[in-house]
Amino acid sequence: MSSLSSVASLAADTLDAPPLSLGELTYRRFRRHKMAIFGAIMLVLLAGYAFIPALFISEKYANYTDTGLRLNAPSLAHPFGTDTIGRDILARTIYGGQISILIGITAAVLEVLAGILIGATAGFYGGWIDAILMRLTEAMLNIPQIFLLIVMAKFFAGGIPDIHLLGRTFSGSVLVIMMIIGLTSWPYLARIVRAEFLSIKEREYILAARATGTPTYQIIFGHILPNCIAPIVVTATLGVANAITLEAYISFLGLGVRPPTATWGNMLEGAYNYIESAYWLWLFPGLLIVLIVLSINFLGDGLRDALDPRSRTV
Amino acid sequence: MTRYILRRILQAIPLIFLLSVVLFVLMQNIGDPLATMGGRTVTRAEDRKRLERQLGLDKPVLVQYVYWLVGNDWTKVDLNGDGIPDTPGTRKGILRGDFGTSLISMGQPVLEVIWSRLPNTLLLMVTAEIVILLGSLLIGIYSALHQYSVLDNLLTGVSFIGYSMPIFFVALVSIYIFSVYFKRWGLPYLPSVGMYDPDVGETLGQVVSHMILPVFSISFISFAAYSRYVRSTMLEVLSQDYIRTARSKGLTRRNITLVHALKNASLPIVTVVGLDLPLLLGGAVVTERIFAWPGMGRLFLDGVSRGDTPVVMGILMLIAVAVVIFQIITDIAYAWLDPRIRYE
Repeated sequence: MSSLSSVASLAADTLDAPPLSLGELTYRRFRRHKMAIFGAIMLVLLAGYAFIPALFISEKYANYTDTGLRLNAPSLAHPFGTDTIGRDILARTIYGGQISILIGITAAVLEVLAGILIGATAGFYGGWIDAILMRLTEAMLNIPQIFLLIVMAKFFAGGIPDIHLLGRTFSGSVLVIMMIIGLTSWPYLARIVRAEFLSIKEREYILAARATGTPTYQIIFGHILPNCIAPIVVTATLGVANAITLEAYISFLGLGVRPPTATWGNMLEGAYNYIESAYWLWLFPGLLIVLIVLSINFLGDGLRDALDPRSRTV
Repeated sequence: MTRYILRRILQAIPLIFLLSVVLFVLMQNIGDPLATMGGRTVTRAEDRKRLERQLGLDKPVLVQYVYWLVGNDWTKVDLNGDGIPDTPGTRKGILRGDFGTSLISMGQPVLEVIWSRLPNTLLLMVTAEIVILLGSLLIGIYSALHQYSVLDNLLTGVSFIGYSMPIFFVALVSIYIFSVYFKRWGLPYLPSVGMYDPDVGETLGQVVSHMILPVFSISFISFAAYSRYVRSTMLEVLSQDYIRTARSKGLTRRNITLVHALKNASLPIVTVVGLDLPLLLGGAVVTERIFAWPGMGRLFLDGVSRGDTPVVMGILMLIAVAVVIFQIITDIAYAWLDPRIRYE
């Protein structure tokens, strides 16, 4: 008898609980995704690696050249060794990490803004606007991104002076690289957003919103956009990893961020000339890139599963 | 179907035109092709003027673009610098198959320059694509048949790591292990640079041994994307009714997997391969750079760094056209493989 009543009270409890919001549902599913949790923890650690030691080591030290210490192997004084002009690689990976993460996030934000703007406009308005915007998107997709990046990096190279911010000097090429990666990455997202808009705008609740005289901008941003947030979040997350990799590629080819500003990518520039003699030149920055990209990919994968409305497991 | 193909081609024309204008304008600022023309000596100012005039680089961008697109044999150009355009132009323009002449390898037609590199790139990339396809089919099918087994998790994990690696890192690590360390340990080691040892010559064995590391690097980072695709489509197909029917008829497992399931599971993979193939043309820019492979990717990089507009534009246009053609071929192949698909 007593067990029966406890079952009854349990059932009543569950019924009384309010339905879970998308955020809560996502969090519950995300929590069960071990690799995603691992990715998230790794990301926090890597961000800590790039930002916390910067309180104790100055950027001046990271950029300090001492040609007497060229290509020193890892030692106590320089745990990661020194590079071709005697800079400490450990300090440079710390400051380089800040710029790499900054480039990744800014480029992804640009990608998302452009992707949403273009995809939403094309999907919502349709007609000739859609035709023009989609031709533009396809034109971008017709050339591999790395080729576009190389041409654009070369085009904008040296065009922007150094930036002085928060008492630090950044090479102007940081801005260029962020911009060109962001502005060549949006086509995929724009296509996804457009497809979502095309299907959602035909639903009854949008018709109802129109009928009650809801302004267009509110329909777009208040009623349609929140319903296609899942692919946007996933693309944005993976976009950060993608941008960090692309920065590394373009820097590896010598067209990336100019010195003295360090990034994980440009520390690898020319390192392949020292494959045999100085492994520490490419191993540490390379490993850091692999780690951060891997963690973000795990995170994105977990988010994709967690945000998928079709997966019912809670 | 014919109408569909025609429509696709017609749609592609403005697209490629738009792309060519934008790229051509971007190209104007990428470098100074005249700087290295005098060899080691700095190009003199009067030579520079003369060369600019002869190569048509002194014209406004739009005029240069028109000459590049449709040629200049319908008009006269001023070659001797007296201000009177009196010499008939000789260029035919890219629309009539004249890609122009390379600015850095003086006077050599762009098509010849590209054709001399294309086979090397195709050799490397087609081999890599075959390795990727076979490897990911193996991994994908195994993972689908043994879902959540130890090896499935391991393979998924490793391919995910590969997927997250920039190709240069894989390349550097593999060179370090298989070239540097194997050499140091006295083991037979793999060459890491070029296509063949100039002392031995371009023999089959040489080229194959020089291909191992680049092909390994390209495949290693690409297995994940393909094999996860194979795995998920295989899983989907394997749970369908007709597979159960095949099983209840008593067909062998091998027969069911390789004949009945794989045939339908390979459909989506055709799309991915079809869309990836044209990108092989451009080669792996970074891979070719690291392994000093004399292909199109390196040609492109050299062209960009020295401002060789005709060569760079030629490569980009070839890729763009190839992408369009392969998209159409993929669509056709898809409809052919899956009769349910109809294009109106």
